[in-house]
Amino acid sequence: MSENVVILGAGSGIARAVAQRLAARGCRLLLCGRDADELERNAADLRVRHNASATAVPFDALDFDSHAPFWENCLQQCDGRINGVLLCFGTLPDQQQCQRETASLRHAFDVNLTAAASVLHPIAAHMESQKSGWLAVITSVAGDRGRQSNYVYGAAKAGLSTFLQGLRNRLQPSGVHVLTIKPGFVATSMTEGLLDPKSPLVASPDAVARDIDRAIRKRRNVLYTPWFWRGILLVIRSIPESIFKRLKL
Amino acid sequence: MTVNQQSLGGWGNCPREACSVSQPDSRAALRHKLHAGHTVIARGLGRSYGDSAISPNGLVLRQTRLNRMLSFDAGTGILECEAGVSFAEIIAAFLPRGWFLPTSPGTKFVTVGGAIASDVHGKNHHRVGSFGNFVREIELLLASGETVRCSPESRPDLFWATIGGMGLTGIILTATFELTRVPSAYCSVRYEKTRDLDHTLDRFVETDNDCEYSVAWIDCLASGRSLGRSVLMLGNGSQPDELPLANRTSPYALPERRTKTVPTWFPSRTLNPWTIRAFNEFYYRVPRRKSALVDFEKYFYPLDSLKHWNRMYGPRGFIQYQAWFPRSTSRRGLVELLERIVDSGRGSFLAVLKSCGAANPGLLSCLDHGHTLALDFANTGSDLRELTCELDRIVLEHGGRLYLAKDALTDAGTFAAMYPRLPEFQRIQQAVDPTGRFVSSQARRLQIIPVLCADSIADSARSERLVAAG
Repeated sequence: MSENVVILGAGSGIARAVAQRLAARGCRLLLCGRDADELERNAADLRVRHNASATAVPFDALDFDSHAPFWENCLQQCDGRINGVLLCFGTLPDQQQCQRETASLRHAFDVNLTAAASVLHPIAAHMESQKSGWLAVITSVAGDRGRQSNYVYGAAKAGLSTFLQGLRNRLQPSGVHVLTIKPGFVATSMTEGLLDPKSPLVASPDAVARDIDRAIRKRRNVLYTPWFWRGILLVIRSIPESIFKRLKL
Repeated sequence: MTVNQQSLGGWGNCPREACSVSQPDSRAALRHKLHAGHTVIARGLGRSYGDSAISPNGLVLRQTRLNRMLSFDAGTGILECEAGVSFAEIIAAFLPRGWFLPTSPGTKFVTVGGAIASDVHGKNHHRVGSFGNFVREIELLLASGETVRCSPESRPDLFWATIGGMGLTGIILTATFELTRVPSAYCSVRYEKTRDLDHTLDRFVETDNDCEYSVAWIDCLASGRSLGRSVLMLGNGSQPDELPLANRTSPYALPERRTKTVPTWFPSRTLNPWTIRAFNEFYYRVPRRKSALVDFEKYFYPLDSLKHWNRMYGPRGFIQYQAWFPRSTSRRGLVELLERIVDSGRGSFLAVLKSCGAANPGLLSCLDHGHTLALDFANTGSDLRELTCELDRIVLEHGGRLYLAKDALTDAGTFAAMYPRLPEFQRIQQAVDPTGRFVSSQARRLQIIPVLCADSIADSARSERLVAAG
């Protein structure tokens, strides 16, 4: 039987690349996000390339009250059975701007942490009662240690990673699997102009998607992608705070 | 909004210039970028050889993230997709279902948008013409931000200015075009050695009717009585029952193949007049079977298995020179051109001769009945321009043209003389882009766009740039 998968923030570069792989292996996809025209084009692409079933569903992460009805809508479209949810929405704020303006700071936390937590709860409740399913959520290596250059983003993503640890613990008895995805530098529109796409540290969305797809199938708990970030972060985390606070990172 | 600054060239890496590059992944982002830069030029996978998809003063918009397929009619083979979809993606999605591109250049790493803007052609031009012939409709983002649809029936003037229009009428958002049914993913190929140019051209005439695909590798170092000796490769799509038994059940399956990559440190001196001469001699002499069954990948895209093969020419890069001659003068034109090249001693690794069919109404489309010759020259600085100047003169004297997707060096006067419909193109381009927002280095150099005549780069400046690129 084919899996029904909901992708939140389906317009993002990583989401699009993962959707290609899921559609190629026969998943039925609900593409959820704000820009209806874009998502319809993404859905059409999956239908044309892979003969897959793909539908665009409107979803606004910042409209918290809509999260529960949105999830009901998704369930309805999938005849009550959703096997997996991939959460890809997020925003990379300007650290300096967040230090100056409360609005930017709040927006960064609202999108990256509060909205994700808010929408994950009705989903988790459903999967708990369904006693099966998987949740794959994109956080970031930036959450592993706060650095002066982007600690607002890092703190929000760290919060989300911690939220997922708890959720994984809670859903373990129900057989629901939670995957925390920590990408390093990925060449998407979110990072355009900030990263040199030719640097060996910068991965393509497709390479990251390959890792994510494999981690979902193998029911991994925490994925660093590309793999070498696990080592880099191991080193960064092990630096004593008394030294780390003096570094310019 | 931040953008990436990077050194960018065409496939020939000559010239290269520092450009601002952005790669929008949604319509909204694309529109935003259209108004962010002073001028913009769309870029696909960067397979045009010269400077048609770079612009040092403007913004280069890579279209490869706007690559969604939107609809496909399995009855008629009509595909609608965004301009950033590559031929490789189309083959991956549709060859297993029995559909192939109606015509394709020698690499599958081109985008649909680039194929339209360059009006690309392939080994079947003598039968079907260029890619533009198969395009039913184009959705174009104009300088004003307005989106228009044009086709041979609706706004044909804009349509035929956009086919072969090098991206200067607007940004192609989507295109609707035909795919062709193929009986399998294999070709039956016949190899024939010819003695000289006359023999080669005669064989084209004799085989044009019964061969779907034909191309001649020409020994561009053979002189005297052997001038123009070639190896003809004549192909026809194979029926499933012509395939080996093992492949008949899955006639569209391509064999697994490893690709190799040319490293950045590849010593460019490997390609020198002596090795090129030896290679040409070897390629002509090597005994081959008279015929073979060859899969599409190997037949249409032999160089795609060698990633970054352009690095073989080193950091100074190379140019590809492609000239077309009309039928009435092609023999004389080719003889003069080849003699001049033999004299110069600058052979080309791969020189390709192709017979061409009817032109389409594309205002800047290159090919028509006649022959086209394409060859590579390593960039050696100003003496290369001296040679191509003479070649340009020979082409012009014989009523020929240069193909814009390859051109990197010619000048505005020569270009205008080769393309008599340029004023017609400029009138249409002016109407949709009066302030000249869509500009490439090539458009500036060749003054394809009238308002830019004043800031165009003079010949001398360009030669200096070429030398500097070394």
